[in-house]
Amino acid sequence: MPDLLIELFSEEIPARMQTRAADDLRKLVTDGLVEAGLTYAGAAAFSTPRRLALSVEGLTAESKAVREERKGPKVGAPDKAIEGFLRGAGVAREDLEVRDDKNGQVYFAVIEKPGRMAADIIAEVLEKTVRNFPWPKSMRWGNGNLKWVRPLHAILCILSDEAGTEVVPLEVDGIKSGNTTQGHRFLAPDAFTVANFDDYEAKLKRANVVLRADERAEAIWAEATTQAFALGLDVVEDRGLLAEVAGLVEWPVVLLGQIDDAFLGLPPEVLQTSMKEHQKFFSVRNPKTERIERFVTVANMETADNGTTILAGNQKVLSARLADAKFFWENDLRVAKAGMQPWLDSLANVTFHNKLGSQKDRIERIAALAREIAPSVGADPDLAAQAAKVAKADLSSEMVYEFPELQGLMGRYYAAEAGLDAQVAAACEEHYSPLGPSDDVPTAPVSVAVALADKIDTLTGFWAIDEKPTGSKDPFALRRAALGVIRLVLENGHRCVIGDLVVTAYQEHALAWAKQYRLRRYLDPQNEKGVTDFFEGVDGEDRFLGKDAVNAALAHEKVLITDPTTQHSSSPVYDLAHPTLNLSRDLLSFFHDRLKVFLKDKGIRHDIIDACIAMPGNDDLTLLVKRAEALAATLATDDGENLIQGFKRANNILTQAEEKDGVEYSYGADIKFAEDEAEKALFAALDAADAKIAPAMKAEDFSTAMTAMAALRAPIDAFFTDVQVNAESEILRRNRLNLLSRIRNICLSVADLTKIEG
Amino acid sequence: MADKPRSFQDIILRLQTYWAAKGCAILQPYDMEVGAGTFHPATTLRALGSKPWAAAYVQPCRRPTDGRYGENPNRLQHYYQYQVLMKPSPPDMQDLYLGSLEAIGVDASAHDIRFVEDDWESPTLGAWGLGWEVWCDGMEVSQFTYFQQVGGHDCKPVSGELTYGLERLAIYILGVDHVMDMPFNDPQTPIPLTYGDIFKQTEQEYSRWNFDIAETEVLLQHFVDAEAECQRILDAPADDPKTGRKIIMAHPAYDQCIKASHVFNLLDARGVISVTERQAYIGRVRALAKACADAFVQTKAGGAAA
Repeated sequence: MPDLLIELFSEEIPARMQTRAADDLRKLVTDGLVEAGLTYAGAAAFSTPRRLALSVEGLTAESKAVREERKGPKVGAPDKAIEGFLRGAGVAREDLEVRDDKNGQVYFAVIEKPGRMAADIIAEVLEKTVRNFPWPKSMRWGNGNLKWVRPLHAILCILSDEAGTEVVPLEVDGIKSGNTTQGHRFLAPDAFTVANFDDYEAKLKRANVVLRADERAEAIWAEATTQAFALGLDVVEDRGLLAEVAGLVEWPVVLLGQIDDAFLGLPPEVLQTSMKEHQKFFSVRNPKTERIERFVTVANMETADNGTTILAGNQKVLSARLADAKFFWENDLRVAKAGMQPWLDSLANVTFHNKLGSQKDRIERIAALAREIAPSVGADPDLAAQAAKVAKADLSSEMVYEFPELQGLMGRYYAAEAGLDAQVAAACEEHYSPLGPSDDVPTAPVSVAVALADKIDTLTGFWAIDEKPTGSKDPFALRRAALGVIRLVLENGHRCVIGDLVVTAYQEHALAWAKQYRLRRYLDPQNEKGVTDFFEGVDGEDRFLGKDAVNAALAHEKVLITDPTTQHSSSPVYDLAHPTLNLSRDLLSFFHDRLKVFLKDKGIRHDIIDACIAMPGNDDLTLLVKRAEALAATLATDDGENLIQGFKRANNILTQAEEKDGVEYSYGADIKFAEDEAEKALFAALDAADAKIAPAMKAEDFSTAMTAMAALRAPIDAFFTDVQVNAESEILRRNRLNLLSRIRNICLSVADLTKIEG
Repeated sequence: MADKPRSFQDIILRLQTYWAAKGCAILQPYDMEVGAGTFHPATTLRALGSKPWAAAYVQPCRRPTDGRYGENPNRLQHYYQYQVLMKPSPPDMQDLYLGSLEAIGVDASAHDIRFVEDDWESPTLGAWGLGWEVWCDGMEVSQFTYFQQVGGHDCKPVSGELTYGLERLAIYILGVDHVMDMPFNDPQTPIPLTYGDIFKQTEQEYSRWNFDIAETEVLLQHFVDAEAECQRILDAPADDPKTGRKIIMAHPAYDQCIKASHVFNLLDARGVISVTERQAYIGRVRALAKACADAFVQTKAGGAAA
């Protein structure tokens, strides 16, 4: 059983692409080999900045011969059909056999595929792999047409066993396979031959190349922490950076460097970000002071002076970078201490979205909305509005311009420097959260108010301009925003009526449009003609926006809406009064969809959620989830599960009877017509359940209500066992149907159980 | 190995000598204001078409927004790039490049030289390529790009482009801390001149003009004029009635494209271009660049059949 070794040697591969590329190489080659009839015992792929390598162990030396018979068209079928068959089977006409079939004579093709040598298969599979490699971005070079991530220089491809090593011959765009490679670009550039994988890895190491990325990463981390430890310091852990740095070197040399004292006063996050983003340095922290005091850089080079020159160069570059950062920080502090007004002003010149205005417009809307939301999340309305106003000020700061990933965090520093309330400063940082399903959710009331306002403004705005997510496309991350709202509300247990918030948010948008279209002068209640004139003057989309704008402005100004003279449907002003309904319904159902996904991950079935969404108050997410959780718990019990069957039976009988009789049985079941004990017992049980359920529902105590509902299981089962609903006596029948209707009403008052599956 | 260079001009001269020895035509700077050496027609236009090409040159570059009145240690509104373009890119282009570093005194065995991913894209030129920024001891000393598209045309063959930021590189090699302190000529000569002796005052003058004085109305008009002239040139029929020859004026048109691009940079520095307008302006310059590229590939130098 031979082993296969492949190395694709190229100019430097971007670090971020290496791991994925090694995986792709393994998958494409091994899949190709298997598809061609070979088997193998194991395969592993490796990457360095200049090479992708694949080792396949225990490969079969050749593929088995395969014989396949294929039935073709009838003898005498049109030539076209026969030719098509020949093409598909890959045989010539004279090779066809004629056989007797139950429908007459039929052509048969016998396809004999002889076994092939592994080397032939490998050559074919590797060439195809190289030509079709799924690089995220690839390029041509020189005169060639081949595409690779950067110019591909050499292909090593060998099969080895006890008997020796042979090169698998292949050629891709003039690159011939061989059995040689080379080591480190500077430390060991000479070519050497390779006999097998062990030989390859060992010789590479002698030639200053560590083949395995995880080995490089471990070596870097071990050396960095050792050097830091010796000085009583900690290396700040950063797995992403470690993986990246391991992809930038073949021969890692860890160097610990100094940060000039002049920069130690910068916020630690600034130091860390600047060093990481620009220089790919690790930060080294003093556990006593919590400050970042040193850095670790990883060179790809051993030098006669043990890295002294390299480290000096890196320190100099860092100083220049940090001088910039310090310059930004000091400039920013001046603006922050003076109250940040220039930043707020300049946000007027930054477009948020061309139909949704500038960042400044957006901030004004969010501030108004945050003020509305504040009481329901326990925040002070003034603080919430103030926080919203400054929460995005740092977007104009020099530091955030340089390091966009510091947005929010710098806002917090600057708000504190501006002397604002600590809750306001915290909101500057926290209002972006949660960014993902596992991100922490802020709990501070002011932060929650601004975070909700920000997200709802975004959702409503993009809904209003019809930029909703479709399929996999969600360029404005609206799904994430909706999930953020859901988590903010649920995890803090707040009671916010989403529908109301959306309407408020919408009015803020519309008001902004109204201002944008300079419509205020048309808002004279007596000037209906003015409004109409305006619509005559604008077309298409602008017209739509203009219309909504007027409406919102009207609502805002509280004019005309309640004026009876405008309640006529032909009045344009009346038209304008109701455009938010559809939007708010549509957006609410988007929230419900996201909620289903969210709750599904928490183990609550979609039909249970549907049963609760169908109930009133479904735009209060906390209430909705409370109901769903109680229902899920009830359905998990034996009584609950069986109650559903009883409910469905009652509902089916009732629905059929109502259809047949053309009436609704909804009232007047009277115990005096009850004959059977089970029937009487059900009356009693329903009375008892009613007495518990109604007040419990009022108190939103769903679990008590549902437990009481589940307790109906036994009386309902007994009723169906002992009592015939469709009695001969019409009075008895009607009474029993009305009794079933009580079951239905009681159950449906808790959740829409018709939606429950099974 | 050669001894260390002693001045800014020494580094430039060594690069010229090195690339001349490697077969490049040593061209002179283009006589227009450009934001980067790539704008020189010897790169932008010559990267197009099938004809082989090898050229190297110094190009003064102007980036009005980078003006710091000569105070910043390495940020300038006027600086020099060294540019190399080889078409087709030779298989040993990386080694050639490393050789050039050695020629200017960077000993690869004493430093940490790395090729770090950097995809290059010029929205104004409708151009992109893949390559690296080259790091020496953590400092970016060059950009190395394999051009894939210019002016919307696929580059076939592919050109390899090298761009050295000369001041930054020289500061490092010469071991000075501030660009203005860097010796421009040999410090041992009777009249030693530093970079600051030559450029400190001009940086101040241009910084002020770029940021505060340049007349935006005039600049806006310049932009419109250059755009119109570019289109007018390209709209002229190829056949020249006077000489009876076919003369497509790709280069004069491209000059107007360069002009429009620089005026846009000036307007940007004056802060009169909003975020949304910015994209629109870039799109207008790109449209010109594409039109010039379309014209150039119709010419002999652009590889069209005579």
